[in-house]
Amino acid sequence: MRRTLSKQLFFALLVRPLVFLLLGVAVHRRDRLPRTGPAIVVANHNSHLDALLLMSLFPLAQLPRVRPLAARDYFFRSRVGTFFARYCLGAIPVERNTHGRTDPLAGAREALRRGEVVVLFPEGTRGEPGRLAPLRPGVAHLAKAFPEVPIVPCHLKGLERALPRGEGLLVPFICDATVGEPLHWDGSRERLMTDLEAAMAALQSGSVGHPMNSECTSDVQVQAHGLSACDEQSDKNQSLTAN
Amino acid sequence: MNALNPTVTVTLGALAGLLALASIAVKVWADGKALPADAEIRRRTRAWWVIVGLFAVAFFLGRSATLVLLALVSFLALKEFMTLAPTRQADRRALFWAYLAIPLQYYWVASDWYGMFIIFIPVYLFLFMPFRMVLIGETRDFLRSAGTLHWGVMMTVFGISHAAYLLALPNAVAPAGDLGLLLYLVLLTELNDVAQYLWGKSIGHRRVLPTVSPGKTWGGLLGGIGTTVVLAWLGAPYLTPLTAIQAIAAGLLIGLFGFAGDVTLSAVKRDLGLKDSGSLLPGHGGILDRVDSLTFTAPLFFHFLYYLHY
Repeated sequence: MRRTLSKQLFFALLVRPLVFLLLGVAVHRRDRLPRTGPAIVVANHNSHLDALLLMSLFPLAQLPRVRPLAARDYFFRSRVGTFFARYCLGAIPVERNTHGRTDPLAGAREALRRGEVVVLFPEGTRGEPGRLAPLRPGVAHLAKAFPEVPIVPCHLKGLERALPRGEGLLVPFICDATVGEPLHWDGSRERLMTDLEAAMAALQSGSVGHPMNSECTSDVQVQAHGLSACDEQSDKNQSLTAN
Repeated sequence: MNALNPTVTVTLGALAGLLALASIAVKVWADGKALPADAEIRRRTRAWWVIVGLFAVAFFLGRSATLVLLALVSFLALKEFMTLAPTRQADRRALFWAYLAIPLQYYWVASDWYGMFIIFIPVYLFLFMPFRMVLIGETRDFLRSAGTLHWGVMMTVFGISHAAYLLALPNAVAPAGDLGLLLYLVLLTELNDVAQYLWGKSIGHRRVLPTVSPGKTWGGLLGGIGTTVVLAWLGAPYLTPLTAIQAIAAGLLIGLFGFAGDVTLSAVKRDLGLKDSGSLLPGHGGILDRVDSLTFTAPLFFHFLYYLHY
């Protein structure tokens, strides 16, 4: 109980003002985020703020049941880090180097069994800014074990400018968060990973965030990627853009 | 918190009335066309209520609150500009200082330090930011980045802070105090935008700048300037110390250079490949679209007034 309250306070008082006022986020298709668990939300990873931004998109009341996966060897190595990961993020530790001895995703399975939303970054680490690294297959293992659970791909853009890897100074830039259509387990790990890579790549190229590929007026683009993108307020106006 | 000047209160009331009429007209028109609840024009109308509401509250709270609100406008506009513009990773540190300059610039206004207010950005900041970029050591695209940053700060911080400096002018000179001057400038600038749009829709044919802004016509420009001159002349005795001739000149100034600010931002957007997307990056606030004219009219009106009366 205390743990979930500290997390809600952390987000309400610190993260949300930072994300929505200092940075500013244009959210596209927020309605596709899972309202209830169990669900898996995956996103590209470029910045320490990725998880914070993604979690800010969920209503505060749902937040305690939204759990990011975090590398044990990175986030849980110090006392301060552990406190932060546990009480502020409600993170689930993942063993990155188990050498096959234990299941690195045991915590994630637990969470899905409890009906929670698991947030993970299948690139595994913050890669080169703006480039999608090959996805790791952990998400497919989870999907196979929980075939009913939807996998929601998201694309984040802008944080690689606001707080890139290797920089300690936050500089405000407006960010984009685009939620894609949920994927489902269909019997093959390879197929799921291919579909997921394709979905993430489509979100990246169709993202309306950057001037160079602002596709809002192009219905062709919108249909091609299954995105009726465009506007945070336009969650309800699919009828307008999608046909 | 002190009582608002009666003229300012009346002007705000009239504005709310005008907005109410416009909202009803938009609602009838949009319902007639069966536009959805979040159609562009409906959202724009709602946005105007928010803007006018925020300014009314800030005015009511007093000078400091209004300065904070204008500083926030500068921040949001600069952020939007820098998000649209291409930046290099090496520019982040310089940009950080540009953001820090906003509270400082508005502090000079609040402390009525005119000398510092007028040179801080064009001298100190514009020399410091490129030097900070040099220290990073990346020379590729250096000139383009320095120019982008300077231009962004010039429009969004230096330009808009001139509207704020109206509040630092001696209160006794203008009949409705310093808030009256700010209201005069902002109202005329925004009404000029609206008037140019409406005249352009009704009598506009020949384009002024077809390569920059195909929607702008001579009919819109001249009709808008004419309307603004009349409004400037009507409002001047109540809100400003300007004589009739001076008020007409102020109307010309705001009408013409409101247009200049508008098309200058259009050129920026066109350069970035944004212009054809209908509206500027949906969901990104669109603050720039609202203040583009003000970035030109604020400094020009301020110096016109300052030279003649202070």
